[in-house]
Amino acid sequence: MSTETAQQHPQPDPNANAGMEFSTEAYLDMDLLRFLTCGSVDDGKSTLIGRLLYDSKSIFEDQLEAATQASLSRGDERMNLALLTDGLRAEREQGITIDVAYRYFATPRRKFIIADCPGHVQYTRNMVTGASTANLALILIDARHGVIVQTRRHAFICSLLRIPHLVVCVNKMDLVGWSKETFDKIRSDFAEFASRFEITDITFIPMSALNGDNVVTRSENMPWYNGASLLHHLETVHIAGDRDMIDPRFPVQWVIRPQSDEHHDYRGYAGQVASGVFQVGDEVMSLPSGMTSRIRSIDIGGVEQQAAFPPQSVSIQLEDDIDISRGDMICRPNNQPKSGQDIDAMVVWMTDQPMVVGKKYQIRHTSNEARCIVKKLHYRMDIQTLHRDETVENLRLNEIGRISIRTTKPLFYDPYRQCRATGAFIIVDEQTNNTVGAAMIIGPTT
Amino acid sequence: MTTADPVSRPYRLTHLKALEAEAIHIMREVAAQFERPALMFSGGKDSIVMVRLAEKAFRPAKFPFPLLHIDTGHNFPEALDFRDALVERLGERLIVHKVQDMIDQGLASEDPGPFPSRNRAQIPTLLNAIETYRFDALFGGARRDEEKARAKERIFSFRDEFGQWDPKNQRPELWNLYNGRHRMGENIRVFPISNWTEMDVWQYIMLENIEIPSLYFSHKRPVVRRMGQWVPVGDAPFGPREGEKVEHRTVRFRTVGDMSCTAATESPAATLADIVAEVAAARASERGARMDDKTNEAAMEDRKKEGYF
Repeated sequence: MSTETAQQHPQPDPNANAGMEFSTEAYLDMDLLRFLTCGSVDDGKSTLIGRLLYDSKSIFEDQLEAATQASLSRGDERMNLALLTDGLRAEREQGITIDVAYRYFATPRRKFIIADCPGHVQYTRNMVTGASTANLALILIDARHGVIVQTRRHAFICSLLRIPHLVVCVNKMDLVGWSKETFDKIRSDFAEFASRFEITDITFIPMSALNGDNVVTRSENMPWYNGASLLHHLETVHIAGDRDMIDPRFPVQWVIRPQSDEHHDYRGYAGQVASGVFQVGDEVMSLPSGMTSRIRSIDIGGVEQQAAFPPQSVSIQLEDDIDISRGDMICRPNNQPKSGQDIDAMVVWMTDQPMVVGKKYQIRHTSNEARCIVKKLHYRMDIQTLHRDETVENLRLNEIGRISIRTTKPLFYDPYRQCRATGAFIIVDEQTNNTVGAAMIIGPTT
Repeated sequence: MTTADPVSRPYRLTHLKALEAEAIHIMREVAAQFERPALMFSGGKDSIVMVRLAEKAFRPAKFPFPLLHIDTGHNFPEALDFRDALVERLGERLIVHKVQDMIDQGLASEDPGPFPSRNRAQIPTLLNAIETYRFDALFGGARRDEEKARAKERIFSFRDEFGQWDPKNQRPELWNLYNGRHRMGENIRVFPISNWTEMDVWQYIMLENIEIPSLYFSHKRPVVRRMGQWVPVGDAPFGPREGEKVEHRTVRFRTVGDMSCTAATESPAATLADIVAEVAAARASERGARMDDKTNEAAMEDRKKEGYF
């Protein structure tokens, strides 16, 4: 079997584009689905992405030509699909993916943003980065090898970052004789360990990315599989329910105050709705002041609308002139986020300098900034075995642990599992200004 | 194809509106986290879309930053006319920083050789503008679908005091939390439409009814065949080279850069709808019309490392 570095680019399936004719009306009505791909080169990840891009006509001829030229000059026998996705010189030279690459394609139903993440353990932080904005994750498994340590690690990270939908792509089915038994075994192995995670929606698809089976079109080689092809699943998976429309949270990012006679009285609180729905006339409360008022108007760039919902970026005017500035949180009086300075969180460490208990860091949470001190490291999670090591004294690059922090001022937050937008914060080193940690709030320190 | 049903799906955001919301959020974040931002304005469609997004982010107030044009002196006259008319309508501040001034002062030079490109000369000009006006953040209209190196660049892209990008040392960028902390002298380039594709930009222009320069629509123009592409010719230094035959062709531009490095495509597309249909059917990428990217495999990565946008 040739390796991924010497595979032919997928031939376009003549039927693949049926129904893919372009229509502006359809284009303006598409949803956006962000997904990440977890796997390494050996799992056929590049081939799979290449096929999705190629079959949806998202690779241009000159890009193909450039990749083909580069493959030939490297001495590869055939076009190397990884060259389409590996953008940095060091990546091409070493034949590995180091950083997250973002790819785009669309079908008449949806627009897709792929966060193409490196799979190896030393790039855990890159995968976490890609996972932070994803609605869905593809986990690739080589059918010959089944569920391996890497698979568990990827599934754990997807669960930690609370990606609502998971698709397990059991790839290279052609190399196991299209065996239903093999697929079933992998499915039950995966389901068994995944039951320990909070993953609500898991779909398993047997496929051969190289040959195109079950990627864009249903495979004829696996009549025992009754499910959808991967692309069909991506186009139809229900994502409307992923956002919390119940708990209104509006972190104020910027105050719009025109210094002009015409708009003398305009005072708009600008921001992106984190969750819930706000409507004109709603009674709202601003934190930390606790002052209440009603929504007088909602607009985007001066165009008024009746309601605002996530992830819209809007400007809200209130009936009363109360003092609100960046970092404040607008909510409903009867539905407020938690408020507190002592907070427990899961943190992924992202830099070579270890996290030190007792050290002060800057944090950025919604539109708010604060300083914090790391009070305690409860445990480090071994992401290969999922064992909790309570003896550790610090967290190093790519390590994940549970910490308690105390902040200089109250944060207005929800548990991450309830709301990603108000439950996440980043940790910044005050000396280097680098982003050193990604944190997901569990709740108040007990 | 089913259309949106406002009754059954009242709180649904289409992908373009989701991308718009993301871009507005990024712009406001920069306004809040930096003292002296500026919006790079070239007169090209991407920067025109950026201006519209800034209106959405900050109106009815003025933009909390000026527009900055790095004028290579090789612009299409149509693009300059368009720029001035737009700035007039917006009532915003425009700063023009000229490559020619840098050349006159000996701070920049044209690429030697037979091709009079000022692409590289933009780099010291931009850095000089940053120094002169002490900009700490610059908005750019670059998109990740344009080029492989850009596909891996952050939305907040840090530059050292020489304007250099270090691709191996990028800050992690998670959720919608952007870390803009920087030291004196450091600055960032910010790409609010990173996640847009060429098609998204065109559809947004159509949806929002945004005016764009006439260069994007088909018109008759003198061109020559050079390196397999139709290259516009005009007055010196953009005249035909020896052996080149000037032809009048019906062409348009998919991208508007310098006259010296932007090729035209033969096209009858006279309306936005025509352009969208053409983009949908296109088999060559937008940057394929940029001769400057073809020099070598890592051309863009190298220029970015030097401080190019």
